Amino acid sequence: MKMLKFAFKNALRHKLRAALTIVGIAIAVLAFGLLRTVVTAWNAGVDASAANRLVARQAVSFIFPLPYAYKDQIKQIDGVEHVSFLNWFGGTYIDKNQFFARMAVDAETIFDVYPEFVMDANQKATFQKERNSCIIGASLAKQYKLKIGDVMPIEGDIYPGKWEFVIRGIYQPRDKTVDASQMFFHWNYLNERIKAEDPERAGNVGWYAITIKDPSRAAEISSRVDGLFKNSRAETKTETERAFQQSFLAGTSSILTALDIMSFVIIGIIMLVLGNTMIMSARERTREYAVLKTLGYTGKHLLLFIAGEAVVIAFLGAGLGILLLVPSVSGFEAAMPKGWFPVFNIANSTFILAGSAALIVGMISALFPLRRALKTSIVDGLRFVG
Amino acid sequence: MATAISVQNLTKSYKRDKMEITVLNNISLNVEQGDFLALMGPSGSGKTTLLNIIAGIDTPTSGTVFVAGTDIAGLSETALAKWRARHVGFIFQLYNLIPVLTAFENVELPLLLTDLSKDERKRQVETALKLVGLGDRMHHSPKQLSGGQEQRVAIARAIATDPDILVADEPTGDLDRSSAEDIMKLLERLNSEFGKTIVMVTHDPSAAARAKTVRHLEKGDLLKESKFMQGAM
Repeated sequence: MKMLKFAFKNALRHKLRAALTIVGIAIAVLAFGLLRTVVTAWNAGVDASAANRLVARQAVSFIFPLPYAYKDQIKQIDGVEHVSFLNWFGGTYIDKNQFFARMAVDAETIFDVYPEFVMDANQKATFQKERNSCIIGASLAKQYKLKIGDVMPIEGDIYPGKWEFVIRGIYQPRDKTVDASQMFFHWNYLNERIKAEDPERAGNVGWYAITIKDPSRAAEISSRVDGLFKNSRAETKTETERAFQQSFLAGTSSILTALDIMSFVIIGIIMLVLGNTMIMSARERTREYAVLKTLGYTGKHLLLFIAGEAVVIAFLGAGLGILLLVPSVSGFEAAMPKGWFPVFNIANSTFILAGSAALIVGMISALFPLRRALKTSIVDGLRFVG
Repeated sequence: MATAISVQNLTKSYKRDKMEITVLNNISLNVEQGDFLALMGPSGSGKTTLLNIIAGIDTPTSGTVFVAGTDIAGLSETALAKWRARHVGFIFQLYNLIPVLTAFENVELPLLLTDLSKDERKRQVETALKLVGLGDRMHHSPKQLSGGQEQRVAIARAIATDPDILVADEPTGDLDRSSAEDIMKLLERLNSEFGKTIVMVTHDPSAAARAKTVRHLEKGDLLKESKFMQGAM
């Protein structure tokens, strides 16, 4: 305990240098945390994927629709629990900068397939009854100060015209990985209007969401779904929800890789900053280490002193960085266009990574000064003039 | 009287590039328990090297070194560190206190390597600091102390573990006359009252005159013994 106290006192011996090093590490940890949070947010869809959920989309491309008639056929497949479907609607709410997911869904089955959207039973029943109604996520309601009974006017683009939806429900996310900034309305309402205005486009859905009883049968059931529609005018490609979400990220994978690499380059920078400080500190203390060795202290004690000092500085820097990270992430989220990252939380793994990195960096940065302290003989150390 | 230090046929040489430099040349020396030996000589004569070898912080090229009954020339680095902690107290010219620690904590440093309890350590530190006259400065940091006081803290640190031998390398070399006098009185007291065997390197003849025995080194050779009786000069 006394020796740890000594390491702590040594860490703060040069107050300005220690402060600059701690601030340097804090800024690096802050940058690391922000980058990791962006990467986590980018992958939020993948992370939120359910293991028992499959997605069947048009085999050629996601942008092509699938016939509504597939629903009943998919439901007949052994192992399938629930089948629902969604259709990307797009459109503009207020102005083009207000981005959030707007989708036409099967109001009867959507909650069977997505139990993570938690909603009051009365609101759910009202939504299912009223064809021009919609439901929105709690964070969307908060963002636009919307409440039940309000009308959301939307200017269509994929489906042109003016559309109006009455809010009949506000869903809560089951946990913080669930996107609570989406809007869902009746596919039947969309389909009726399309049938009247553009009959050729009617009777189609965007993709099917399927829950299965046994997640280990995902591959088998996926190929049975695809086999069912082989050689049809709209062949399907069925995969796990995770794979489906990952395919969205495929185009940005190089950016994500770059962000990942950058976040770990920052760890390297922390190591250099701390390593530099430790080398300077240990060099200045060459004589003191010689005195300690003279008194009977051995290599393991020097390891405790030098690594302890480095770890103290690293942890103070990491602690400050993490403290700054929380408000910075909120500020970053507020500064970004709404809807870019529906789920923008600091993952627990980011805290753990930052803490572990501080510990590892502290230990590694102590290696060179420790080696020097051990290699310097007592006689040379006592002669040292810093 | 028993022999505290026995150095036989000690040679120490260094290799610098391809040249071999002999610092100590076939030296033999016996120091009796309770003796106060002053090693004198010009710079480069090898007196500090001899002191360092006796103290176990340097190793001989050849010869035997028995200190407090142990052949220290044959000990490993770790064993030597343990031996030093138990048997030798060090007093340096530049005090070499740890600046971030208080006087108390500096004196406690060698005791942290022992099995003593916190209370036992506290008792021993207080005893040592009171003995050197700094009982009222225990919680002062080195920068709050004068040079003479710092050296007294260093002496308290050296005696805290009650070692067999005290080695002092120019203990008054960085002090004014009055402080140097105080330090020498303290060393004399440790020798006469507490029976500590002291080996001291000094350039200062008046400091050497306080020792019981003075030996001169010149170019690595130990010259003939000369004895001083305490207070004779």
